[in-house]
Amino acid sequence: MENLIALLVAAPLLGAAVLLCGGRALDRVGHWLGTLLAAASFVFAVVLFTDMLGKGAEERTLSQHLFSWIPVEGFQADVAFQLDQLSMTFVLLISGVGTLIHVYSIGYMEHDERRRRFFGYLNLFLAAMLLLVLADNYLLLYVGWEGVGLASYLLIGFWQHKPSAATAAKKAFLVNRVGDVGLSIAIMLMFTTFGTFAFGPVLEATGQTSEGKLTAIGLMLLLAACGKSAQVPLQSWLGDAMEGPTPVSALIHAATMVTAGVYLIVRSGAIFNGAPDAQLVVTIVGAVTLLFGAIVGCAKDDIKKALAGSTMSQIGYMILAAGLGPIGYVFAIMHLVTHGFFKAGLFLGAGSVMHGMNDEVNMRKYGGLRKYMPVTFVTFGLGYLAIIGFPGLSGFFSKDKIIEAAFAKGGAEGWILGSVALLGAAITAYYMTRVMIMTFFGEERWRHRATASPAQPSAEPAAQTEGAHDEPHPHESPKSMTIPMIVLAFGSVFAGGFFSIGDRFTHWLEPVTHHDHGDSPLSAATVTGATMVVLVIGVALAYVQYGRRPVPVTAPRGSLLTRAARRDLLQDDFNHVVLVRGGEHLTRSLVYVDHSLVDGVVNGTAASMGGLSGRLRKLQNGYARSYAVSMFGGAAVLIAATLLMRAV
Amino acid sequence: MNPVNYLYLASLLFAIGATGVLIRRNAIVVFMCIELMLNACNLALVAFSRMHGNLDGQIIAFFTMVVAAAEVVVGLAIIVSLFRSRHSASVDDASLMKL
Amino acid sequence: MTQLAAYSTSTGEAVQFWVLGTVAVVGALCTILMKKAVHSALCLAGTMIILAVFYLANGAYFLGIVQIVVYTGAIMMLFLFVVMLVGVTAADSLKETIKGQRWLALLCGLGFAVLLFAGIGNASVKEFNGLAEANSGGNVEGLAGLIFTKYVFAFEITGALLITATVGAMVLTHRERTERAKTQREMAEERVREGKHLPPLPAPGVYARHNAVDVAGLLPDGSPSELTVNRTLRERGQIRDVSSEALDDLRALEQRSADRLERPDVRRTDIGRPGIGRTDVERTEEASK
Repeated sequence: MENLIALLVAAPLLGAAVLLCGGRALDRVGHWLGTLLAAASFVFAVVLFTDMLGKGAEERTLSQHLFSWIPVEGFQADVAFQLDQLSMTFVLLISGVGTLIHVYSIGYMEHDERRRRFFGYLNLFLAAMLLLVLADNYLLLYVGWEGVGLASYLLIGFWQHKPSAATAAKKAFLVNRVGDVGLSIAIMLMFTTFGTFAFGPVLEATGQTSEGKLTAIGLMLLLAACGKSAQVPLQSWLGDAMEGPTPVSALIHAATMVTAGVYLIVRSGAIFNGAPDAQLVVTIVGAVTLLFGAIVGCAKDDIKKALAGSTMSQIGYMILAAGLGPIGYVFAIMHLVTHGFFKAGLFLGAGSVMHGMNDEVNMRKYGGLRKYMPVTFVTFGLGYLAIIGFPGLSGFFSKDKIIEAAFAKGGAEGWILGSVALLGAAITAYYMTRVMIMTFFGEERWRHRATASPAQPSAEPAAQTEGAHDEPHPHESPKSMTIPMIVLAFGSVFAGGFFSIGDRFTHWLEPVTHHDHGDSPLSAATVTGATMVVLVIGVALAYVQYGRRPVPVTAPRGSLLTRAARRDLLQDDFNHVVLVRGGEHLTRSLVYVDHSLVDGVVNGTAASMGGLSGRLRKLQNGYARSYAVSMFGGAAVLIAATLLMRAV
Repeated sequence: MNPVNYLYLASLLFAIGATGVLIRRNAIVVFMCIELMLNACNLALVAFSRMHGNLDGQIIAFFTMVVAAAEVVVGLAIIVSLFRSRHSASVDDASLMKL
Repeated sequence: MTQLAAYSTSTGEAVQFWVLGTVAVVGALCTILMKKAVHSALCLAGTMIILAVFYLANGAYFLGIVQIVVYTGAIMMLFLFVVMLVGVTAADSLKETIKGQRWLALLCGLGFAVLLFAGIGNASVKEFNGLAEANSGGNVEGLAGLIFTKYVFAFEITGALLITATVGAMVLTHRERTERAKTQREMAEERVREGKHLPPLPAPGVYARHNAVDVAGLLPDGSPSELTVNRTLRERGQIRDVSSEALDDLRALEQRSADRLERPDVRRTDIGRPGIGRTDVERTEEASK
């Protein structure tokens, strides 16, 4: 059974190799091959899962040692896999959602001539992500981590002919690098502290290590997680990453890649448990990102960017939960899984809408689409209900638990974190309702109406004729796209309930994360009630603002906060002012120092050497007699020196 | 008289010979000056021999003579071939090492 | 002689040292100051002979003889041969061409001498053992005993060095003839073909007055013809120009005959001195010295 673990990674890796090296010959079957191999990985995962279920809770961890990678005395790095309950959860999510998105992409990318390459990249991404969650040591995890970064770069910049996509890919890559530096430093620290990278020994040894070292490692791991999971302050790449094809947004930036940071923190739980300061920072980062993403999501008119803000916010919830320690690990993972379902469903729904609307992304030019794309409407709607935490759906169970756990943290921290989480839930309800109403309800703003431009009557006829051509014809997407959406909608609806009833998920992860209930100052019912109240408030606000009044096609100027949120709360401006300008000034001054000081010294040395040589050259007049004089003089000096030494 | 005067005489002859090497341009005269220096050394060696009361100094002087003979043969041959190719026996004319 | 070589020097040796030593220093100075290489060689030979005497006085009888026979007799003669081969050149001029070279050389030489003197003065060389004991079995026997026992390897190696030097000298001076020597007939034909100078070169010397080889023959107009002088002398610039003397003599002769015949103003019909500029005269005069 252990031998199947390597196949989990090998199948998509093989697909990537074949598709990327195969050439045009594979153009016609490439997408089927890629999907098949992704599905194969999922099948292996299911087989391993059923096998695992048949064993006792303590015997479920499987490991497979492939080969010794860097066998150096005192530095042993192996290519070895470890499959426990945590990894299993991720493997199922990654391969399952990944396979669905492969299927979806067959339809979505039908008209793209580089579809084969796209599937190659998708497979590469799957392989890297699976390697990340299956590795049994941090160094191999780092390989997967980098592989995910690479695949994400390739996929975001897939439409590289668009400068914006190329820039976004570069941005994502660079920001991720910052986080990767954190991970590499963390691994180095681990090696100096523990002398090994393997999960088992490292996590066991945390008990005997000083808190300072653990805090340092924990903060570096957090930096890594911030980079990959788009948490403040490394969040800026996620919004731009929506330049990639929609399946990429769904796969990478909703369901899998961004969860790598959560995985890292939960996996390294023992380190964080030993470093309360690092844990506190983790919760703060999570709480800040939660609000940050939610606020950004409220202001965006681009449907994908609104969902991206939502993703950031939901990952913030997970990081917050992961920072709570054993109280929250389980709920972080549970929310991660349910979020994987409904966010993938929402993104696929958004992609379906765009597919039917000539790739229009501005929600202000949508409206009333429910009649034209019923399947999309229903699945998107179910995802919507799940994310806002409608009672009985997935999000309700998982998010509610996180809010409870935040309160259970205890003390002032618990109250603050819990309130933030509650506020986040309200904002989530608000912006998701906004997206829902602007897209599927209200008047059909995509129709070109004669009254649309009263200010320019002269341009009217032209606009009309042109408009008749351009007017989108909303239609339902093909089966290959709708079926994955339906499957994901099922997950969005039932996953949470399935996990929560009888605390199934908690027991499942118990051996890995050691669940701790904590003692909440508020009863579960109180928290649920409060959540319901803020939910209703959020939905009502959105309805009042967007459902009752017509939505203007051009965005109003908005308040200061709205304008800031539209610009991603000035994150890029901040980066520009602090990092770019600062860097420019630094380089300029360094260049100045280089020119004046370093070059001055070098040139001065060269010039003085040149001058000296020019003068010394005159001694080299070629006359043997001159040389003889120097020789004779030298001999005289030697004799004088000898005599002097003897005299002394 | 103290026999050490022979050493002073040898030093004087050596210095004169060295100065001659430096100021004369005719290669043959330069060579003669070198011979003068060698002879001055020989005189010193002979004086040393007398000073120490053994014959080793004279042996060295003898070897010096032999080596000087060999050197003169080769050196004069070089001068002759140099004269043939350059029609000059001036050491300054062979200043090809200059830049 | 054995007594002379002992520690205490006799008055005789002291006199000999001071007289001959002065001569040796003068000879050495002449060696470096004489303009012509031949003179230098002769002065050096004199110095070497004096050194041979000093060797004898110091009890080095074998070396003294060798110094005269080999050094002065053979090596210096070799020098003279080469001087003859090379001849007198412009290099003999004592005029310095490198700036500051002479002063530097003098400074170095003086400084070196002073340093050596200081060194010898400092050293404790007051005690002389004398060679009486070492020479008791005869100087040559003593030397032979050392050469063939203690210094036998050095001796063999110097032998090899001498052989090598001999071969080297031969290699350096030997020139392989690269083409067949021209016969007299071929040379004559070549001259005709070139059409420059058909008859044999004119003989040097002024008829009935000079017949030395370094005096150029005069052309009918009284100017000297360099063609008449040997090429080697020409290259060395050793042509003695006597044309002006000859013309002066001629003029004096004509003056005398005019005086005797009482013919006035013979100077008006004087033969000019064409072809000889002022500088030429100077040059030839200098060369003739």
